[in-house]
Amino acid sequence: MAQELMLEKWSSAISVVNIGATKEEGGSRSKVIKVGGQATLPFLFPEGSIPNKPVIAFEIWDSAPMDWPDTLKQPFADVLNDPLKWAKKCVDDFKAELLCLKLQGAHPDSGDKKPDDEAELVERILKTVDVPLVILGCGDDAKDNLVLPACSEAAKGECCLIGSAVQDNYKTLVAAVLADGHNIVAESPIDINIAKQLNILISDMGLSVERIVIDPTIGALGYGLEYAYSIMERARLAALSGDKMMACPFICKVGQEAWRAKEAKAKMTEFPAWGPEAERGIAWEAITATALIQSGADILVMRHPAAIEKVNKYIDNLMTNDKIPMSK
Amino acid sequence: MALSGLDIYKLLPKTNCRECGFVTCLAFAMQLAKKGVSLDKCPHLSDEAKSKLQASSLPPIKLITIGEGEKRLEIGNETVLFRHEEKFHHPCGLGFIIEDSEADEQIKKKLEKISQLKFERIGQQLEVDLIAVKQTKDSKRFQEVVKLVSQNSGFSLILMCNDPGILKEVLPAVAAKKPLIHGANAENVNDIGKLAKEFKAPVVVCSKGLDDIADLTKALSSQGAEDLVLDTGVKSVKEKIWELTQIRRLALKKSNRSFGYPILISIDAKDPYEEIMEAATYIAKYAGIILLKSIENWQVLSLLTLRQNIYTDPQKPLQIEPKLYQIGQASDKSPLLITTNFSLSYYTVLGEVEASKIPAHILSVDTEGMSVLTAWAAEKFTPEKIVDSLNKAHAKEAVSHNKLIIPGYVAVMSGDLEEKSGCQIIVGPKEAAGIPSFLKNL
Repeated sequence: MAQELMLEKWSSAISVVNIGATKEEGGSRSKVIKVGGQATLPFLFPEGSIPNKPVIAFEIWDSAPMDWPDTLKQPFADVLNDPLKWAKKCVDDFKAELLCLKLQGAHPDSGDKKPDDEAELVERILKTVDVPLVILGCGDDAKDNLVLPACSEAAKGECCLIGSAVQDNYKTLVAAVLADGHNIVAESPIDINIAKQLNILISDMGLSVERIVIDPTIGALGYGLEYAYSIMERARLAALSGDKMMACPFICKVGQEAWRAKEAKAKMTEFPAWGPEAERGIAWEAITATALIQSGADILVMRHPAAIEKVNKYIDNLMTNDKIPMSK
Repeated sequence: MALSGLDIYKLLPKTNCRECGFVTCLAFAMQLAKKGVSLDKCPHLSDEAKSKLQASSLPPIKLITIGEGEKRLEIGNETVLFRHEEKFHHPCGLGFIIEDSEADEQIKKKLEKISQLKFERIGQQLEVDLIAVKQTKDSKRFQEVVKLVSQNSGFSLILMCNDPGILKEVLPAVAAKKPLIHGANAENVNDIGKLAKEFKAPVVVCSKGLDDIADLTKALSSQGAEDLVLDTGVKSVKEKIWELTQIRRLALKKSNRSFGYPILISIDAKDPYEEIMEAATYIAKYAGIILLKSIENWQVLSLLTLRQNIYTDPQKPLQIEPKLYQIGQASDKSPLLITTNFSLSYYTVLGEVEASKIPAHILSVDTEGMSVLTAWAAEKFTPEKIVDSLNKAHAKEAVSHNKLIIPGYVAVMSGDLEEKSGCQIIVGPKEAAGIPSFLKNL
């Protein structure tokens, strides 16, 4: 006898954000990445449509990272000093569909690069590769307010995703993004109320909520992962039940957090019981990503190509076309 | 699913006889709903009402115990679909499958490796729970391997065998250890049910999918085998997520008793990363037991850590006692570091202080379990609070140098804290990872 199932009736869906613009749309990207659009909780296919897969953005920097562990530097050892080659390697060798340029070198404490130089870098990266681009500031509010508008203008028409707007500092970035036709990352400190408040503030300035991607601020596996996990589940439930101000896709900085964890970095000589660091680091990044994919992540910013390859395969398996038999 | 006060009221005699001690039947019903009074206080309850009310007070997902003694595994008794609604109660068991076709030496080596898979994280001991012995050879060999495993390890056992004849020969020797029988299917359900009852062992219901679960669980419980675990077989991850979600929903939201049991999943992936990513998915989505094939340290460390995260009570962050801790042979010359009483903050600082090999004092300030930045933002980690903790712990008396090291993220409070505490404030690194080099250069 066929078992009667229990399907939830959701009243609403997550908005779809388009990242990248092709020639027809006034840009120069080879394709557009669509994220969001889910009408149910993660991967409950028989219950609602899930039109777009979670996508991974390869994280690249404007300057060579100093504190990355060897495991992480190794795959990029020959290009870490050259963002253009780094970008090209991600696309050519590792088949990246999306890049995330982190402008760490603009930070007053780590290079203090000039806004013009960063804008020029953005322009050159857009010429070097044809995948859509995420651009993230250095996190210093004052500096980001100088650098990000310059980068936004340099990438005008390319429909990038630029971040991050925060509760105390969003106006400059929103204005730039509005003027240049991009999307925005709205970052909140593991707080669902601030996430919603910030989305309201941003949309009050005239940027449609359909152009916002939420960065809920994640913790790595073992370092507060569960907080973001539950915030994302709560936000998704609210969005599917009709809260438009929560119905944005999520971006999660998986690589940045996972590779801060001691378990990802420490050598086996220090912790023999933990096993070899090469596999362990990749596993730490991949498992952090897995858990967040299951709580609703749409864009995962990741670092290690091996972890990215594994997670991409996992995503592809989840998104295959074969139907889940509703009963058998 | 628990009944509401009004639902219960409909089942009561509605005579307001007051023999229960309450003025009205409705008042009694309200107390029953809150579990503030026991059902037997009402002497006039019909048998039908009694059985309905008793059933409604049973947990919607049965608590199942596997193994005995300290290392026994308890799973089930879950009450929510999302951890933020309350919490996930019983961490899923992690175990490994050993086949009876493997040579004794190889099995012993595996057992040795598995027994060393122990990790301490933020004050908790993380361990695996189970070993499943899979029968592929004859009864004699299966018995040998079960014996080998049960004598050489303290883990709870799963007997993966669906031949009632073989199980009947194996069970007498290990029944006292309360192994989980894996399992009963449409062909053997009656014989397995009898064995489970005879040996008081929990049983896995091996169904093909969702449709045949109810028939099997009903057949077993009608025979008196009531400690059940569900296994819907090896399938794609997305199909599994769907089934796991349906089983949890049917048990919790439809009070469907046939589905009110924990779920077992065997991972069949070949690639070691795929294996743990699949397992991680099921840790998050409602598995009660997960069985793996490979046993690499880095795989198990990441899965046990995820289990710890997902099963942490969202209402109660892990905290430690706020007090002054001495690390190593700390003297009055040793540095004094300050952090919060959020377990993750404290143990991260502790780990780095230990790694530095420099004896030190760590004062954990009562921030109600909040981390440094969160507590600072919520005014639980202020100069006043720190001074209060310093006084309570007599921390200033423990050192002769009158210097305090504070987390780099709260550097902004230095001046204020210096004034209020009368100590010299040294701003430490923002990240705990910077502590060893910081202490060495102090």
